[in-house]
Amino acid sequence: MAEDGEPTIGTMAVEEPLDLIRLSLDERIYVKMRNERELRGRLHAYDQHLNMILGDVEETVTSVEVDDETFEEVYKTTRRNIPMLFVRGDGVILVAPPMRGGGM
Amino acid sequence: MTTCGRRGESLHQTFIKMLFYSFFKSLIGKDVVVELKNDLSICGTLHSVDQYLNIKLTDINVTDTEKYPHMLSVKNCFIRGSVVRYVQLPVDEVDTQLLQDAARREAQQQRQ
Repeated sequence: MAEDGEPTIGTMAVEEPLDLIRLSLDERIYVKMRNERELRGRLHAYDQHLNMILGDVEETVTSVEVDDETFEEVYKTTRRNIPMLFVRGDGVILVAPPMRGGGM
Repeated sequence: MTTCGRRGESLHQTFIKMLFYSFFKSLIGKDVVVELKNDLSICGTLHSVDQYLNIKLTDINVTDTEKYPHMLSVKNCFIRGSVVRYVQLPVDEVDTQLLQDAARREAQQQRQ
């Protein structure tokens, strides 16, 4: 890849998707993971595999239970808080700014 | 990782691309909780790590209720990096400022 001649680290242009994540460093983000898991935390570090270090994290695990008699689907969520967490990238589906209220 | 062409840069490149490897090396000797993809959580002292983020833990015990495989007699273990889901880290041992700066540099290196 040809050198762009970029001057300093702080003034890099946004070129590829990973650059969008760079903009979220030290910001709170939402991470959707495999196995119906979601994380909300402050992004401290990431790499090209989407390994990440998140601070002040809330993990939400969603599960479905089918009632034996009524056969209705009951969605349950389990939450827990972890002060500092390394997340392995192969479990990550998407990364986004945190959604408050609207959408999901 | 290039091995030919940019001679002077390839070594620097391979070093920079190991952000999390370097980060975990700085945590050797600290207590962590490794959560595996099979939902097993193991608490132990970080003994060593490699480029694949394989982890060796010493003095382990299984956290989060021992309803998962009991490893009562196991003191040390080697964990393949690919089966790790999370590693819970001690907050005080993490320099967030340093991490953020390193991540920015890594992102720049990765683009080139």
